Amino acid sequence: MEKGEAKSKKAGGPPRLCCICNERRPVLKRPKTLQQICRECFYEVFEEEIHQVIVKNRLFKSGERVAIGASGGKDSTVLAYVLSELNRRHSYGLDLFLLSIDEGITGYRDDSLETVKRNELQYGLPLQILSYKDLYGWTMDDIVKMIGLKNNCTFCGVFRRQALDRGAALLKVDKLVTGHNADDIAETVLLNILRGDIARYVYIYLFLIMLSLGYIMIHTYAYFKKLDYFSTECIYSPNAYRGFAREFIKDLERLRPRAILDIIKSGEDFRIATTTKMPEQGTCERCGYISSQKWCKACVLLEGLNRGLPKMGIGRARGGVNGGDHKKETKAGSTVKSLESKQCGSLDF
Amino acid sequence: MQLTLEFGGGLELLCDSQKIHKVNVDLPHGKYDLTMKHLLFWVRTNLIKERPEMFIKGDTVRPGVLVLVNDCDWELSGQLETTIEDKLHFMREEFVF
Repeated sequence: MEKGEAKSKKAGGPPRLCCICNERRPVLKRPKTLQQICRECFYEVFEEEIHQVIVKNRLFKSGERVAIGASGGKDSTVLAYVLSELNRRHSYGLDLFLLSIDEGITGYRDDSLETVKRNELQYGLPLQILSYKDLYGWTMDDIVKMIGLKNNCTFCGVFRRQALDRGAALLKVDKLVTGHNADDIAETVLLNILRGDIARYVYIYLFLIMLSLGYIMIHTYAYFKKLDYFSTECIYSPNAYRGFAREFIKDLERLRPRAILDIIKSGEDFRIATTTKMPEQGTCERCGYISSQKWCKACVLLEGLNRGLPKMGIGRARGGVNGGDHKKETKAGSTVKSLESKQCGSLDF
Repeated sequence: MQLTLEFGGGLELLCDSQKIHKVNVDLPHGKYDLTMKHLLFWVRTNLIKERPEMFIKGDTVRPGVLVLVNDCDWELSGQLETTIEDKLHFMREEFVF
């Protein structure tokens, strides 16, 4: 596949050998430095940059048990591969493993779980799979059968976020790493602002790496390395509100490329009026999970499902388990009513 | 000219969710080579089924889209003037400007 490049370069012509190793044919131009580099040096640079971010930000301590949220998608696969490599190469001393959540969506999750099972073998990282059935007693297929396609993503979003946290706690994990990219974060910030959901936090490693570097050529890396990943849309997702947020982000990005980064920064800087009553963090009476209400969101939804009242927990709390006393008086509050039910739709965590 | 085109990083969603396309592209009138410039126009017309602005901006690809011609960055082979041989890969990358 490599064509011979034995001829020496013409005077004044572009360099025909990799800028770093001076041995091999360049295949890429680095975005920031505009250096022309070969495949092998690209791998080294990519991995070394991530290593530097990890070290400079002291992301891990030796001996820590670290779960990598593995969806089988590109981002989490690359993350798992690189982290595993770096752990070996630089002796981070981490106890790494893959954590996958099985929502019980036939045809979608089955295939991506097969991918993660292959990753387990390919990367030598043990795999733990936790299912919604195990954690909640319901699969997404069951839920959709009961409630149809309108609010299913709300259930899935709440359950999945908790599933990762619960899984991490169950498996006595010190850190949880996921592969969200900037688009996902920007969408989440937008969604949270639109829903007046300002008490949420988002803490994602890949994003941190991106901010530090200004870019990350994750797809190129995955392509050249021929990493095994699974990429398709959740079969229930076309109706999710997150899809609208994503389209909006893409349109904004087209007009002003910095928009994504700015939205994320806005999420951090978002100021809350001093008159707003912030939700207080306590624990759920039913299951002990973090909650600002008597019952956590998952328990409210589950109660609804089990009682055959699937609308419970969707939309603003009106009576029911948590009473109607919780108010969030944010600016976005009045427009949020009809939007609150939708929550997610993207493939990765 | 027989070509294999691959779309990645989400770009496949613009072409009926198909990642790999084996196509036959007619050479421009009177020419013996196929340049990227011509091919981009062909792709835009024949393969991109929705939201072309996610792929193309003016004469070239949208910022953030990486083009690999035979697994080599087209920036190194003359960008729009690159002549194509048989394999192309369009990929969308994460850039934070």
